[in-house]
Amino acid sequence: MLSRTASNLFWLGRHMERAETASRLFEVGARITLLPNTTEGYQNEWESLLRASAASQLYHQAYDALTEENMEKFMIFDRSNPSSVASCIYNARESGRIVRTALTSRVWDALNVAWQEIRAMEAGQEDAADLADMVARHASTVQGAIDGTQLRNDGFHFMKLGYALERADSTARILDVKYFVLLPRVEFVGSGLDSYQWQVILRALSAHRSFHWAYGEDVSAGRVAHFLILNGEAPRSLITSVQEALWHLETLVRRYGDMVPHTARDRAQALADRMNALNVDDIFDEGLHEFLTDFIIEIGQVASCVQADYFHGRG
Amino acid sequence: MYYNEMFNGDQVREAYAHLSGWVEQMPADFRQMKQAEAEALFRRIGITFAVYGEGGDPDRLIPFDMMPRVFTQSEWRRLERGIKQRAKALNAFLHDVYSRGEIVRAGRIPARLVYQNEAYEKAVVGFVPPRGVYSHIIGIDLVRTGRDDFYVLEDNCRTPSGVSYMLENREIMMRMFPELFRGNRIEPVDGYPDLLRRTLESVAPKKCQGRPRVVILTPGHFNSAYYEHSFLANLMGVELVEGPDLFVEGEFVFMRTTEGPKRVDVIYRRIDDAFIDPLTFRRDSMLGVPGLMDVYRSGGVSICSAPGAGVADDKAIYTFVPEMVRFYLGEEPILKNVETWTLWKEDDYKYVMDNLGDLVVKEVHGSGGYGMLVGPRSTKAEIEKFRGLIEKKPHNYIAQPTLSLSTCPTFVEDGIAPRHVDLRPFCLCGERIELVPGGLTRVALKEGSLVVNSSQGGGVKDTWVLSE
Repeated sequence: MLSRTASNLFWLGRHMERAETASRLFEVGARITLLPNTTEGYQNEWESLLRASAASQLYHQAYDALTEENMEKFMIFDRSNPSSVASCIYNARESGRIVRTALTSRVWDALNVAWQEIRAMEAGQEDAADLADMVARHASTVQGAIDGTQLRNDGFHFMKLGYALERADSTARILDVKYFVLLPRVEFVGSGLDSYQWQVILRALSAHRSFHWAYGEDVSAGRVAHFLILNGEAPRSLITSVQEALWHLETLVRRYGDMVPHTARDRAQALADRMNALNVDDIFDEGLHEFLTDFIIEIGQVASCVQADYFHGRG
Repeated sequence: MYYNEMFNGDQVREAYAHLSGWVEQMPADFRQMKQAEAEALFRRIGITFAVYGEGGDPDRLIPFDMMPRVFTQSEWRRLERGIKQRAKALNAFLHDVYSRGEIVRAGRIPARLVYQNEAYEKAVVGFVPPRGVYSHIIGIDLVRTGRDDFYVLEDNCRTPSGVSYMLENREIMMRMFPELFRGNRIEPVDGYPDLLRRTLESVAPKKCQGRPRVVILTPGHFNSAYYEHSFLANLMGVELVEGPDLFVEGEFVFMRTTEGPKRVDVIYRRIDDAFIDPLTFRRDSMLGVPGLMDVYRSGGVSICSAPGAGVADDKAIYTFVPEMVRFYLGEEPILKNVETWTLWKEDDYKYVMDNLGDLVVKEVHGSGGYGMLVGPRSTKAEIEKFRGLIEKKPHNYIAQPTLSLSTCPTFVEDGIAPRHVDLRPFCLCGERIELVPGGLTRVALKEGSLVVNSSQGGGVKDTWVLSE
């Protein structure tokens, strides 16, 4: 497969997943602001969201006030924000257009419809929950079309690899929002507010019911962290995402044989081994934020190795 | 009077016998419904591009007319012979002007027109590509003025586009009106992609080992014909590459793949000469492949069509194509040229300037209905403006009589009406010279208009050849 084709398929997956993350993050923000929790009002929550998604600077260059309206514009519709839902869906569709020959018509159709719909929507017509639903629906349709119709060849694995690595990154970032929200007032830890915020995060990941199936107990920091980081049954947990990425990389290594470098597989394997050896206490000892920061950097390294192994084409 | 392809007076011509009943029985709202359905299908498939060189919005849909244009078997056979003959002569001409230049030495074509032509490519002088073929896909634009009168308007020897329309128009018609295809014996055109692939494989370079690897080289997804490029790559089962996907190492060209470099033998390029190789041509171009021309000249890769093939298809050389047929093949041309006045000749200049209001004037290098004057349909002011342009640069223009283009019944707002049409069949030259029975029919949708280009409000229709 052409390196450029593989790269576009990989980014198609990453951008679709990133679109979903942007809408989930926005939903987290919108819900957290429903409870007045600090003396500063909801300014703090939106700011924490921007910091977790590494978009604070960009936002403040373009907008004056931190309001829900502005945030919605910025995170959902603003094409000058490369991580907005609209930008991500546009980029995913553009990648798809470039590799039309590698996509089934169903996948193309789903991408195209998603873009048409987001383009037709005017900011402010829908409330946050509707927006998130719409994005989640399109994201599911595209994924369903990929899973249901694409040939299980290398192109498929590159797409799914993009999804898996992006999901690892995004779950880590959504978890990190919690850290930033709590940063100024450590005394809230363990309070009713604390558990409300964890619930919001579970909800944003469509995981609060799964959490209860898995643990059957009240929401607590330790259990949520375990669920979203180390539970191999949780579909969006860090460990699940890493395992999936590893599986796709292993399949590629098997397909291509020894002539093709496999630094990405090796790096993902090392990360998976490290995750398997961890427990929640280790993570809290290290510090949740520090752990997540390291994890995000490590995922970035795996992605760079994918680039070097497959997209460069050597020569 | 214009030749009407469907009617001779009140009589329906043979080719349209089956269709006329279909049209008569069609309820009005049925047609509107089907038209909407056709457009939805086109949009869904994503055919939204302008024919190459015509500019315009790449996301625009070209109007599709559901009334097909029909040829009988005998009409087609004659056209086919004429097209192949012309394609053969054009390639013989290219071979000649890049080697001995006999046609020039024999005084049949002025040296200046060939060797000072913008499209003449010194970089390939003396190099003979595999099988002596320079132009592998030739789109010949034809119009009809009478039962037996076909005229060639233009030869396209570089990268003619529109073949995806030929295939998609047929696909849509078959999907919407299967009953038409059951009732008529319509020759299929869907063998085109295989024929194209075999043609390209048949001109693989000497150094190629095993089955040739063919790729299509596109300028990229911003190009207005990108849909066609990806469509053809898909149907042929070959890679669609951009310049940066290819690189030269040693004597060969390779493409970058996830499994490392893969050798490429034949490049069907859909980019212009000037962008093929920044080391030989335009240095600022990122579209091409550095060093490609060296590999080409040493027989490591085939480029289709050959750089420099454009010297055979401009409007100045056009006037000499019948001469080429006689000179190289010793035959009389089957297809006629349109009578053409060249404004750099004194007598022609005088005649044209005296009769501007009756003539069509075209720029030698213009395309797509731009930079032309249709005398009988222009205002006095427009004619005078053109007169000024010609005075400044007479050698930049040719003139032709206004042809009485045939008309074909076409669905319009309030029913069916005759509209002018042309035809672009696609001739493939490799080991053999072949074409599928069909082509792209373009139709001027505006009443009375003779300009069929999509940029000027033209549409397309399916083209049928009936088998015996």
